[in-house]
Amino acid sequence: MTSAADKARTAAAGRAAGPSAGPWRRALARLRRNRSAVIAAAGLLLIVLACVLAPVYAGAVARTDPFTSNASGTAIVDGQRVPVLAQSTEGLGLGVTPIGPTWDPGSYLLGADNQGRDVMARLLYGGRNSLLIGLSSALLCCAIATVLGVVAGYFGGWIDAVLSRFFDVVWAFPVYLLAICLSVVLLTSGLHLGPIHIDAGSLALPVVIIALIYVPYVARPLRGQVMALRDKEFLHAAVGLGASDLRIMRREVLPNVLPTVVVFLPLMTALNMLTESALSFLSVGVQSPDASWGTIINDGLALLYTRPAITLAAGLCVGLTAVALNVLGDGVRDALDPNARLRGGA
Amino acid sequence: MKRITAIAAAALLAAGAAACSGGGASTGTGPATGAAAQPGQAAAGFQEQHKGGTLRLLAKAGDGTLDPHINYSNGNWQIFQALYDGLVSFRKTGGERSYDIVPDLAQELPQVSADGTTYTFTLRKGVAFSTGAPVTADDVVASFERIFRVSGPTSGTFYAGIVGAADCVKKPAGCTLDQGVVADAAAGTVTIKLVAPDPEFLQKLALPHAAVLPKDTPAKDQGTSPIPGTGPYQVVSYDPNKQMKLVRNPHFKEWSRDAQPQGYPDEIDYAYGLTPEAAVTAVQNGQADWIFDPLPADRLTEIGTQYAQQAHVNALAAFWYIPVNVNLAPFDKPEAREALQWAFDKNAMVKMFGGANVAQPACTILPPAFPGHADFCDFPRQDLAKAKDLVQKSGTAGQEVSVVVADDEVSKQIGEYVRSSLEQIGYQAKLKVISTNIHFTYIQNTRNKVQLSVSQWYADYPAASNFLNVLLSCASFREGSDASINISGYCDKDMDARMAAAMKLGQTDQAGADRQWGEIDRELMKRGPIVPLFNPKQIDFVSRNVGNYQFHAQFHALLDQLWVK
Repeated sequence: MTSAADKARTAAAGRAAGPSAGPWRRALARLRRNRSAVIAAAGLLLIVLACVLAPVYAGAVARTDPFTSNASGTAIVDGQRVPVLAQSTEGLGLGVTPIGPTWDPGSYLLGADNQGRDVMARLLYGGRNSLLIGLSSALLCCAIATVLGVVAGYFGGWIDAVLSRFFDVVWAFPVYLLAICLSVVLLTSGLHLGPIHIDAGSLALPVVIIALIYVPYVARPLRGQVMALRDKEFLHAAVGLGASDLRIMRREVLPNVLPTVVVFLPLMTALNMLTESALSFLSVGVQSPDASWGTIINDGLALLYTRPAITLAAGLCVGLTAVALNVLGDGVRDALDPNARLRGGA
Repeated sequence: MKRITAIAAAALLAAGAAACSGGGASTGTGPATGAAAQPGQAAAGFQEQHKGGTLRLLAKAGDGTLDPHINYSNGNWQIFQALYDGLVSFRKTGGERSYDIVPDLAQELPQVSADGTTYTFTLRKGVAFSTGAPVTADDVVASFERIFRVSGPTSGTFYAGIVGAADCVKKPAGCTLDQGVVADAAAGTVTIKLVAPDPEFLQKLALPHAAVLPKDTPAKDQGTSPIPGTGPYQVVSYDPNKQMKLVRNPHFKEWSRDAQPQGYPDEIDYAYGLTPEAAVTAVQNGQADWIFDPLPADRLTEIGTQYAQQAHVNALAAFWYIPVNVNLAPFDKPEAREALQWAFDKNAMVKMFGGANVAQPACTILPPAFPGHADFCDFPRQDLAKAKDLVQKSGTAGQEVSVVVADDEVSKQIGEYVRSSLEQIGYQAKLKVISTNIHFTYIQNTRNKVQLSVSQWYADYPAASNFLNVLLSCASFREGSDASINISGYCDKDMDARMAAAMKLGQTDQAGADRQWGEIDRELMKRGPIVPLFNPKQIDFVSRNVGNYQFHAQFHALLDQLWVK
């Protein structure tokens, strides 16, 4: 994603941060010099801000409740009061068409959906859920994967064998098929596992499902990295000094794999957000009355011929956010990758 | 009736249900509004110049078994009209006369004994199956026994009144009706004896479940294997995922234009697999002639304006409704049920269905122009303040309510609207969307504790009991069963007695019975086990090649009467 020029600038920035700066500061400096990543981060920030301000838009600007049907409501367009869902009056008078984009932020900026709800307001609320689920599930996934990957790689032997087979089993299923199966089952009665209780309609459910299905995708590379670390001198030294396994994993191994986890985080956020959208589009993700970009795409599908803006707007939001996250993820990888400095210094 | 699959149909059997439900279309009552609608035209003679050609039909998928004694779906019932005959039939014409019962394989309508329990039919001579074998009285007896042997979905309801049927329902495999259906081969008569008078018996005999088949037809579901019939066409191939092909029955000779007219196309090809969106485009382009599936909502305006000459809109004897579970909180309280009657703007739901010309808001359980319908509207408009007040009075405000809907687009939209309205009147409402394949049985089973759902009911035949008695009688309520068609769980012995009295009166005084049904409908609306939402209409979209469209009130478009030449 990032260009050679960006990489060169990134490496130069790392050197400019000075030899006394810590690795994280040097990485941040390199990231700030990466134009693509900065633009992506700015775009992402804009999207996040807009979504966070959804209640302000809905309450103060559009003055609408995006979760209440307004099928019999009216709106002011070009100074005239018109029905939000307009009955066809021509020919046989068949069909009802929701109001289209008015480009007026105060009145159905992007038009209405089949329920007569403001699409723009729903898009912002939906974005909150899509981003929340994408980020939360990425955090949860990376946390679980880090623990399992470090444990498997550090201990090896039967522990590694058991955990690796678990990764193999999860990996063996096509991701979406597994996610759909889990969703269909859990959406009926919720998740009740020991002390964990999640209601069927809760947003936590897609978070958990998406996090779990991607665990092997993060855990496997981490395991490999930890296995490579096991033969390093500093690890042997820690063992020789009598440090416990837990301490070695926490103080010696984890700091070395953390940059990899940080690189994974934006990439997994993008991937998880796309997965959430796909599941919601298939009606097995976010459940009504909540919305997400996936559910809005689904809502718009029934109006594709007459009001394509609904699907296009939500699709565009998903696409732009995923691209921004991926570009940012690439930038983070370049910033944290020690090879980048080597290449830059060559 | 509807596209319920064999599973749902079998469920109905156990429930003692008498009609069918789901998302499909059924009987129509009103006049066609499309430009080319020609009700009643079938009464005119056969027009030889239009004979020939291939009629190309489209559907998303096949509609189940080809066995007329088992299939309980609108899609194949429509096709069966060109394949099979019973002793009597609904008149094959457009408009309201299509509800008339006319003799079909019988020479004339039966002689009925004074006590109303014995029907004697004289068979027509010279009618043959598509194999060339003549239709005999033995075929008729064997066909009635087969209805029970294959555990037909309505064997325990529609035909349970035949003498000996009770034993056949219990032990289908060895079913004999030697006391109930008696053939006299020499006289060419068949006598059917009932345990009690049934004023709706002839209508039940006119349905495909009572089709006469060859006596050697195996007593098991024939699936995709065509069974020889007596109609103008025969099926030569059927794959529910690909295609059904019908060609002319070489042994068919028109014996009654009212009961079974000669068909026009030489061949009928029914292709499966296209989405409704693609099917609409195919008809627009003249690549197909008719679509079975409901038209996509976002194409309706286009069809109603640019293709108005090719669209036909007809009222159906059906309604969409909310079954209210009267045995579960919060709707075990009468005030909470009354609140529901005021909670919804039915015009809003009509909009979600396609607009005022595609559906009408419903005030009553019995559809307009249906026998027994009384023209009242006790809950004429949405009144959220009143509904909120009633919820408060009932002491149920703030309780959790879930609405279970099928995953088709319209049901989801209606469900979301219902959920939103419930929130507005003070409940914590959730929407539960489940697969259309299991929705109908799921909402019937009391173990699933469904408080509210969105369902549909399409009449099997024109009788008030087919709505009120089936949907709200104690006999239709079975706890813990997937086949409890009284989804509301409403059981009131007094109402049962009133319905029984209305049915009995119908034997002698139909007008008086209809008045009673109207009063029962009104009383049930007050008690609130059902919230009627709207009465849908059927839109048939045909290619510009097609002529002679006729809408049959019971079986919809008469496909074999369409001209493609």
